[in-house]
Amino acid sequence: MHTIHLGAIDYLILGLYFAFVLGIGAALRRSTRSSSDFLLSGRSLPAWVAGLAFLSANLGAQEVIGMAASGAKYGIATSHFYWIGAVPAMVFVGVFMMPFYYGSRARSVPEYLKLRFDEKTRGFNAISFAAMTVVSSGISMYAMGLLLGVLLGWSFTVSVLVSAVIVLLYIFLGGLTSAIYNEVLQFFLIVAGFIPLVYLGMQDVGGWAGLTDRLALAATQHGFAPGAYTQSWRHLGDASSNPMGVEWLGMTMGLGFVLSFGYWTTDFLVVQRAMAADSMSAARRTPLIAAFPKMLFPALVILPGMIALALTTKAGVTQFALPIKADGTPNYDLTIPMMLAHYFPPGMLGLGLTALMASFMSGMAGNVTAFNTVWTYDIYQAYLRRGASDQHYLWMGRASTIVGIALSMATAYATTQFNNIMDMLQLVFAFVNAPLFATFLLGMFWRRTTGHGAFWGLVAGTLAAAVHHGLSLPLGSAVGIKGGWLGTVLVSYPSEMAQNFRTATWAWGTCFVVTILVSLVTRARPDEELRGLVYALTDRPVEAGEPWYRRVGPLALLVLGMTLVLNIVFF
Amino acid sequence: MQLDIRIPIGALFTMLGVILAGYGLVERSDSFARSLGHNIDLSWGLVILVVGLLFLALARRGARSAPPAAVTQVEERSGGGEG
Repeated sequence: MHTIHLGAIDYLILGLYFAFVLGIGAALRRSTRSSSDFLLSGRSLPAWVAGLAFLSANLGAQEVIGMAASGAKYGIATSHFYWIGAVPAMVFVGVFMMPFYYGSRARSVPEYLKLRFDEKTRGFNAISFAAMTVVSSGISMYAMGLLLGVLLGWSFTVSVLVSAVIVLLYIFLGGLTSAIYNEVLQFFLIVAGFIPLVYLGMQDVGGWAGLTDRLALAATQHGFAPGAYTQSWRHLGDASSNPMGVEWLGMTMGLGFVLSFGYWTTDFLVVQRAMAADSMSAARRTPLIAAFPKMLFPALVILPGMIALALTTKAGVTQFALPIKADGTPNYDLTIPMMLAHYFPPGMLGLGLTALMASFMSGMAGNVTAFNTVWTYDIYQAYLRRGASDQHYLWMGRASTIVGIALSMATAYATTQFNNIMDMLQLVFAFVNAPLFATFLLGMFWRRTTGHGAFWGLVAGTLAAAVHHGLSLPLGSAVGIKGGWLGTVLVSYPSEMAQNFRTATWAWGTCFVVTILVSLVTRARPDEELRGLVYALTDRPVEAGEPWYRRVGPLALLVLGMTLVLNIVFF
Repeated sequence: MQLDIRIPIGALFTMLGVILAGYGLVERSDSFARSLGHNIDLSWGLVILVVGLLFLALARRGARSAPPAAVTQVEERSGGGEG
């Protein structure tokens, strides 16, 4: 095991951070009673704070570890997660979906589904959403375990156990109040820790030109055209000519449309942040404001991965090699920790590792808390035990926090099967968010969609994901969590990501078609019950008289225009 | 909102900036072999310090120009999330 050695100054910075966050929690504990107190804050946040919270809620292990891992594994193709994925999806959320979310009284995905459709749709979604939160927190726990392993040389089991105890203490001691401040703090820490990393790395490889040269060498070694790691669109004509193994249609449909829109429109951990904004107009601007920094994030999180691959192929001023897993493949997930240790002297190293830990902690705490809420209110109270005392539900909430953490540990172990957490995360999104996005799209824009349609569409979509996953396998992988478990492998994909995009597309398509078919043969709800829940029956927000930078339309166009430019520059 | 988010950001960054830059001043120069010869602790520590002070200043200005909004209680499910 590679071990990173920390100095006293690094521990001082780490200690300062934890004392600071727990101190805020203790100081605020009396004034804030629950997450909803803060989250909805009497709907008092200005748009820029909501935008920051929106961006921070999504920044976790998956982004700081997963995007760099993907940068090292797939090269600049990873930027599609931002430039045809996240950014357009955020614009869509702000322009089209926020009016329903902010306007309706729903505070969680299951709640919206109950208002729009019926009880069983809510129940089904509550269960799959609970599964998703557990996986997300498990991925953060895995990342934390991995980090503790390289820092202290502990075995993975010990590291995961210790991170479980840390997050448990953190949730019980500091509570959510500090967790939410921590969420925003970790965003700034990540930015502060990663800018000098990219600066030093780029200097090491000799700037963009030096990076391109080295990655051209890496590409030819892997049998691709020289630009395969540094040109985002040019090599998508055919799946076999790029490291991700995806052609442009699979990319735009699977990742851009289904997975990214699915994630950004239906993951309430993120969407909720915009609902704390002080007006409908601010809520709609929240994702648009967040989109500006978001489109620049590839420079912070993907570039270090590409630099790591470049330096592994051919040394720059310094030598660097991606760590290797027991099965012989590079352990891409370690890219960021190893790069931090490679470039940062004591002091900055402490800051960089603090940023990582803060990010993992907030990812775990946020997801475990969401699990606890969904389980206690949307499953336990709704179906298993109605009408018990508040005391009882509070007890159940605490017990489910512990169960959530235990389940996350199991997920952390499953994650060790992958060499890139992004591969695993998108697999889960393909099962949960991809079909759900079809349900939302139809539910919000087609008033004829019925509860039966939505429910059976979701069931069929999730089954379709399972069938596709069960019958396909990434090349060179063993049957099991990566697929093929239905006995025969009908399709092999060049990479896990290519398989995920296709799984998502099947899940979305099946849900879309089944929802329409079942809706057509079942009875629709009368229009007056759907007011505020369906696009055609919701008042358009008026924003006349506002300056252009406070209006949704011009902001959306500006965001999309800038993203288009980025796509062209790195074409 | 109970606590202006700019205050904790400003406070943490100011402290981190002082620690990093201070350490950069007294640090032996051979630890900068890793960072390609840059005293990144000192230079980046100063940047972080300035950012921290900027956030504190903005929070102060914000507090003077607008009194904090009253926090209204949210009626739904409270407490459960606290686990």
